[in-house]
Parts: sequence; structure tokens; C-alpha cells
Amino acid sequence: MKNSKRTEKIAFFFLFLATLLIVIPVGLIIVIIIQKGIPAINWQFLSDMPRQGMRAGGIFPAIIGTIYLVLGSIFFALPIGLLAAIYLSEYSKDNFLTRIIKLAIVNLAGVPSVVYGLFGLALFVVFFKFGASILSGSLTLGIMILPIIITSSREALESVPNSFREVSLSLGASKWQTIRYIVLPNAIPGILTGTILGLGRAAGETAPILFTVAAFYLPRLPKSIFDQAMALPYHLYVISTQVPNVDEKIRYGTALVLLVLVLFMNLVAIIIRYQFRKKKKW
Amino acid sequence: MVVKFDIKNLNIWFGAIHALKGLSMEIYANEILSVIGPSNSGKTTFLRMLNRLNELELHFKIQGNITFDDKEILKIDIELLRKQIGMVFALPLPLPLSIFDNVAYGARMHGIKNKKKLAQIVEQALSKAYLWEEVKDRLSTSAFKLSGGQQQRLCIARTLAVNPEVILFDEPCSGLDPISTAKVEEAMLKLKKDYTIVLVTNNVKQAARVGDRTAFFLSGELIEIDKTDRIFTSPEDQRTDDYISGKFG
Repeated sequence: MKNSKRTEKIAFFFLFLATLLIVIPVGLIIVIIIQKGIPAINWQFLSDMPRQGMRAGGIFPAIIGTIYLVLGSIFFALPIGLLAAIYLSEYSKDNFLTRIIKLAIVNLAGVPSVVYGLFGLALFVVFFKFGASILSGSLTLGIMILPIIITSSREALESVPNSFREVSLSLGASKWQTIRYIVLPNAIPGILTGTILGLGRAAGETAPILFTVAAFYLPRLPKSIFDQAMALPYHLYVISTQVPNVDEKIRYGTALVLLVLVLFMNLVAIIIRYQFRKKKKW
Repeated sequence: MVVKFDIKNLNIWFGAIHALKGLSMEIYANEILSVIGPSNSGKTTFLRMLNRLNELELHFKIQGNITFDDKEILKIDIELLRKQIGMVFALPLPLPLSIFDNVAYGARMHGIKNKKKLAQIVEQALSKAYLWEEVKDRLSTSAFKLSGGQQQRLCIARTLAVNPEVILFDEPCSGLDPISTAKVEEAMLKLKKDYTIVLVTNNVKQAARVGDRTAFFLSGELIEIDKTDRIFTSPEDQRTDDYISGKFG
């Protein structure tokens, strides 16, 4: 009896320790970035063009570039991913082919991001002749986050109770009506969760935009989707490794802006999701 | 009597499970047919065959013939068939919508958009299901706020709003208390005038109370079908007698 209590205490200690070990690095990263980045943050830093070879001035074009890329990738990936998820979870029969497709989607999520970059370079930049452009970058990032969106959307759709579908069908609604009016509205929170995950990933990745869109130094805003753009993660890489004598606070300031930007986008999505969840009544 | 459904030598499989075996029977217009039998006797499979919900299951296979108003049901457009054959499920299953939207759902899906017309359909359907008085002041609240018995009557109203000819009840009172059960049964008896009703029930007494005819299923076979009085007083098959008197089941 006494022994089992002691075992429990030891187990509890290690479980707690493991949890703590996860929290510590996250906390440290945030603290360090804020501490070192805050001094750089001012209005000029956020709204100005980079100057003196990125050693001074602001990071405005990189912020705008990242926002364009994230919105662009969601624009491509969300509709396609959602439609594919609907097909896979609602329409497709469980046979060898669909099982292969599902497996492929799961595996696609594990492909290293630099491979997506190379793929985007070959397909969009070279083959479709979009050049290094926001369009190419968005498409590449879109493909990268597709598996995340498909997988989470499928889970969301499949979590809607089957009885709702049966009720709707039994009233003579067609399958599409059932999906449109019953299944989808109840799956939206889960779909948004996937979108949030995809969003954060698209904003933070460097490798996929390396060959497809990112400009090393472009102190102006992109004029069209066929224009190159700066982006925060790549800019951070550049000023940290490629340009000598960049003030540390500029580097950490850039990291902080990237972090806040992703957090802000997540926040918006979380609020939307919360609004939908509130309406959910089962 | 008008034959509504004519079932001939119907066999149904789900994979290796032979759920219905050589079923042949008729269902008449404007009758309440009770279907009784222990669990796994194929009652629900039989019911879900009439509106073709079984087809959603994996590895479903059918052999034999069912006609609805002399038309082969497998050849009738499935949405049209289900519009004509409504279903009330075992558990109250409101959709995650308001009371009004639940009842109006079917009508909306069939293209009715006029608000006045929808309001009229909803009121009529709720009245027929004896729920109108209880909910008329809170039609826009969530259907989940209703009690279990009210939810089940809401489900009946939702079915009626589509204006079907047949209503299938799948153990509609299995989750309800006696008072709610009595209300649902009362609704059923009144509905008989305008609708054909097939009632699958685990409650033998319920079958006796509301059924014009009663069918007894056992292990996927129809053992006996006859007037309810006869089934309950002098059944032909010993197994029917044993089930009704509670020797097994």
C-alpha cells in the first residue's frame, strides 16, 4: 500500500518534470526574444523601408510580404483542402485507392519544407514561368500546408455525429444539402483549427520561399503578385547570417515582429472559432 | 385495403451478416403496423430498408423486391422516396438548430423559401405533434433546450412538416418516461387517419396499445404477422407466444 503511493509520487514527479521541460524552452524563447527585441521596436522600425544594407531603417516590406504570402497560401490551400476533405470524408468509398490517397496526404505533411521549395521552383517558377514571385511563393506554401488543412478538416467533418446526417437524409435532403447545411456548419471550428496551424506554418517557413519568392533586399513594396517580395523569416535569416554588422536588436526585433504577427493571426482565427463554437449546441 | 408496401422475398446482408431472411409481407395504407422482436431480430434493418437508409452502411447487399405504391423502391429517386417516407429515430435527435429551423428544415431543403408559408408549415406540424402550445413562444430557442419528450415530438413535427405519406417510428419511446410515451402514442393514433405508420418497438405493450396489426421478427425472419388482437390472444407460432408472454426477449 505504502509502496504503491510512493510509486505514484515518483511517477507524478517525472510526469510533472517532463511537462516543465516543455514549458521552459518555450518560455525562454519568448522571454529572450522580447527582452532583446523590444528596444528595436518603434514606429519607424515597423513602417519604414530597410536602409544601409538592412543595418538600419525598418522592416515594413518584409511584414507586408509575409502577410501577402500567408493570405495567398490560405487563399489557395483552404478551398482546395476543404473540398478534398469533404470528398474524402463524405463521398469517397473506402477502397484501396482512397486509402493510398489518405496515406499520401499524411506523408505529405512530413516532407521537409526545403523539398517543397525545390518543387515550387521547378513547377511554378520555371515550368509555369511565374518567376520568383508572390504567386509562386503562395502556391508553394499553399501546397505545403494542404496536408495540415485536409487532415484537420477531415477530422472535423468526421466528428459531426452520423445521426445528424441520417436525420437530414431521412427528411429527403440530398447528400450535398446535408453536407452544406448540417455537416459543414458543425465542422467549422475544427476546420479553423487546421487553418490556424497552417497559417502559423506558412508564416514561419523559410525554405519554401527561398527559391520561389523571397527577395534578399528589396526596399520597396511589391507591385503585383508577379513581383518578388521580402518576407520576415527569410529577412531574419539574411540579417543574421548574410549581412555583417547588423545590430543584434534589429535581429531580435524582426523575430519579435514575426512572432507577434503569427500570434495575432492565430488570435483572429481563435476568436472566429470561438464565435462558431458558442453557436454549437451539442 | 390499399397495399402501401409490398415486400417479396427480401434478403439483406451486411457483409457476412444475414440480417433479413426471405421476408415477404404487405403494409396497408393508414394502418399502424407494429414490429416487435428481441434485439438483433432485424426489425430496425427492416424499417431502414423502407426509406433506404440501410444503403449508408458498409457492405450492404440486398436481394428481393419491395414496392411502394406499386413502384420498385430501388428505382424511385431516393430524395423523393424519403420525402414521402418520414422517419422518427430511437433517440430524440434534434438538429443543432432552433426549434423553428428544425421543423422547417425539410421544407427548406425541398425548396420552400416563402417565410409565411414556412411559418404556416411549422405551426401545422407542431400542432399535429401536440407541441405547438408548449413552444409557440420560443420558436427561436435551441431545440436542445427542450425536454426529451418534447424533443421527440419535435422530431415527429419535423417529419410531418415534409408532408410524408408514411412515417417510420424506430423505437420512438425507448428513451422516454411513461407520460411522454403516452403523448407520443396519442399523437401516433391521431396520425393514423392521414398516414401509414410502421412502428418498431421493444415494448410489447406499446405494440398492443397502438398497433392495428403486429409483426413478430426473430433472428432476421418474419415469424408471424396478423391483427394485433390475434397476435396477442392466440398466436399461431409458439415462439410468438413465448416472446409476448415474456419467456424470452
